[in-house]
Amino acid sequence: MGNDTKYKARTFRAVGTRPVRPDGIDKVTGRARYGADFSMPGQLVGRVLRSDVPHATIKKIETAKAEALPGVKAVITAKDLPDYTDGDEELYAVLDNCMARKKVLYDGHAVAAVAAVDEKTARAALKLIEVEYKIHKHVTDVDEAFKPSAPVIRKDCFTTGVKPRPKKASNVSACSEFGHGNIKKGFKEADVIIERQFKTGQTHQGYIEPHACVGSISPDGSGDLWVCTQGHFVYRQMCSQLLGMDQSRLRVTSSEIGGGFGGKTHIWIEPVALALSRKANQPVKVVMSREEVFRASGPTSATSIDVKMGVTKDGRITAGEATLRYASGPYPGSWAQLGAMTAFACYDMPNVKTTGYEVLVNRPKTTAYRAPSAPMAAFAVESVIDELAKEISMDAVDLRIKNSAQEGTQSSYGPVYGPIGIGATLEAAREHPHMKAPLGENQGRGMACGFWFNFGGQSCTSLNIAEDGSVTLTVGTIDVGGARASLSLVVAEELGVEYEQVKTVIGDTGTLGFNEMTDGSRGTFASSMSAIVSVRQAIVQLKSRAAQIWDIPVDAVEWKDGHAVATGRGAKNRQPLSVADIAASAAKTGGPLAGHAQIVADGAGVSFATHICDVEVDPDTGRSTILRYTVLQDAGKAVHPTYVEGQFQGGAAQGIGWALNEEYIYGKDGRLQNPGFLDYRIPVCSDLPMIDTQILEIPNPNHPYGVRGVGETSIVPPLAAIANAVSNATGVRMTQVPMSPPRVLEALDEHLAMSRRRKRA
Amino acid sequence: MSLLIETTVNGDQREFVCEADETLMDALRNRMSLTGVKEGCGTGDCGACSILLDGELVCSCLVLGAEAAGRTIETVEGISDGDELHPLQQKFLEHAALQCGICTPGFLVAAKALLERNPNPTEEEIRYGLAGNLCRCTGYDKIVRAVQAAAVEMNGES
Repeated sequence: MGNDTKYKARTFRAVGTRPVRPDGIDKVTGRARYGADFSMPGQLVGRVLRSDVPHATIKKIETAKAEALPGVKAVITAKDLPDYTDGDEELYAVLDNCMARKKVLYDGHAVAAVAAVDEKTARAALKLIEVEYKIHKHVTDVDEAFKPSAPVIRKDCFTTGVKPRPKKASNVSACSEFGHGNIKKGFKEADVIIERQFKTGQTHQGYIEPHACVGSISPDGSGDLWVCTQGHFVYRQMCSQLLGMDQSRLRVTSSEIGGGFGGKTHIWIEPVALALSRKANQPVKVVMSREEVFRASGPTSATSIDVKMGVTKDGRITAGEATLRYASGPYPGSWAQLGAMTAFACYDMPNVKTTGYEVLVNRPKTTAYRAPSAPMAAFAVESVIDELAKEISMDAVDLRIKNSAQEGTQSSYGPVYGPIGIGATLEAAREHPHMKAPLGENQGRGMACGFWFNFGGQSCTSLNIAEDGSVTLTVGTIDVGGARASLSLVVAEELGVEYEQVKTVIGDTGTLGFNEMTDGSRGTFASSMSAIVSVRQAIVQLKSRAAQIWDIPVDAVEWKDGHAVATGRGAKNRQPLSVADIAASAAKTGGPLAGHAQIVADGAGVSFATHICDVEVDPDTGRSTILRYTVLQDAGKAVHPTYVEGQFQGGAAQGIGWALNEEYIYGKDGRLQNPGFLDYRIPVCSDLPMIDTQILEIPNPNHPYGVRGVGETSIVPPLAAIANAVSNATGVRMTQVPMSPPRVLEALDEHLAMSRRRKRA
Repeated sequence: MSLLIETTVNGDQREFVCEADETLMDALRNRMSLTGVKEGCGTGDCGACSILLDGELVCSCLVLGAEAAGRTIETVEGISDGDELHPLQQKFLEHAALQCGICTPGFLVAAKALLERNPNPTEEEIRYGLAGNLCRCTGYDKIVRAVQAAAVEMNGES
């Protein structure tokens, strides 16, 4: 009991059922309030002026004409956001990204903002702001930026993590290395070695709800922010730091969130709205357009990855090496590091080495996107493993099973694994009927595995029991896709009451201690752990109140099936007391009933998945159609299985888009050419088949119910699974995503020409 | 220039004032507080602002407010019959056909239009019928199943 959060096997009553989510009714009737749906009396409309050049020094910004326009209440530039970052380079990058200070670093970089009485006036004011630039050479491609001859984006960028420290500035901000064993020796032991180069396009999280907020700073310097976010406590922390406020003076209330996938873990317009409000002395609402979302928020890294792997004839992988170059936008990041850590994490590798390079480019600042950095690394490694299997005439699943990591394996990034599910998902894949289904002409089947760390971190929850015995759980983690249902189930389970008796709500930053964001697949994992501790605290209270009511010692009271039960001699003639019974006399026994918890949710168990995919490739157009798709993933314990399936399906669909269509396209002028859903094409309903799922449950020893995070891993295998399927359908190995029709057609034509030449020779 | 527009919204006679260049989406959201109409793109690519205009499925971001004069509008707020949910709404809940829910109003309106046109759609007809609505969370699987289940219920087969 109490704070012991280790796993204990049990039979579940509520957890594992599939009730309707509590917030669902408002979402099917249009009542639910998202970021742009919130309004304040007297609010102004804020709009941001963005750079249309990719790299330039700001010589002058002339705002007088805009300020003079009737209806304009404030115009701000970087001057209105003084630097409070106190040497914190990461925070300074956030500040500079929110409003360019000396240079603009990408097409879409904010340079000024206005607040006006209405949208029309705000737009007109933007046109009156004159910015004078001194244009610099730009670079948007990761490989071009990596070259020593590339235009250097930051003169103060000297690669960290290499010895000796370079004397010349470059676009490589950092280098990181992982691995163990001796790869030279490992490659010597191999019978077959495959070495390939891969490239992946830059994708956007593509949430349907653009960023939106209302900021209000009062004359006394205190403020409110209503915002769609994956983490309102973190937004409070960052915004208050950037505005030079005490954190407690800024209250942040989260709206319903219309998708985030990592893209709403970062601030862009929020400090701008607050700074506008401070200057105008009125609330200011800022909503991004879709074009702004693409040009200025989000994207993941574009990458270039080299992989070399060796295997013996009998299927033992002897060595693996990967060099990963990840674009981070114009600011230093640690995205290649995550790629380098995850690349070989599914396997038991005796000799492994990965090197990650963070590369600056004139593109928007890279932000997390669902299992950030892992899908690209998996694309490269899982493609090579398929080739190795072919070379030694071994089944692709069998080769992976033979080399899969297990409990006790030292991972390629360092730690030794506890109980993990990679082997189980592979075994389940091998036995799945999908693997045996017949294929037709131009069709191919592919499979691939994926890994993600998962994260725990700080959570704080409060459980309050009303006078009628109904229960409210207040959490500080955003519900991105059904977490309130899952957390209500957990409370119902632990307290022993009905699901319908529990309501989970998300508190604002004034109601709870710090909560980390809903990221790293931590929402349900960490907040359910905290909720369980809250319930246990409340049960201590409930038992003590029952003891008072019965006038017996508290240790003669047990908590069973949602009731206080008297034991021993005290049990005579004493009917069990329900939560409602005890709550009814709370005023006489010590006041309100509550349980509070603040924890660091350590031990988020790592997560693995295996995906199977059938593809048909049209040889005339190069178009790939997904015919069948199956996701097998370890959930630890699926609290609400329907929403676990939903996470599996959603990640797979995003991966399919990444594999086949989605890509930022930059012109020679360094401007984004496809900042809209028409030209940046995410999968639509008619692009996809049903996505089958199989949930495996290998309990996480560090959660009372065995729960693992489930949100992110499902986006890791699809790029490789589809590439392997396309390769099996066409006989051509695709090494670049997206595998768009022209790219596939080109590869097919090249292959055809090459085999003709071979025949002639 | 401001215009006074008379129209019928979810069965009610309504009047609103809008600018000549104001979209119907903005008018519905900002002038009539019907914020169930969502803006995902403003260019007719995502379908989050879908409404029925004289029974026809349109993206309200591609229609001017002024064009609503004398016509009949139905939004997500008008789908249920009082406190009785429409079968589509009920099935979306039961099948977990929403995760974040921002696309849900548009999907419900589009699915209602689809089932009115074709009460017995095949899976393929549902997929093409809803191809104008983007969802980034679900992979569409549970949405298609919810529409199938609603069709069955509306046809009295369950």
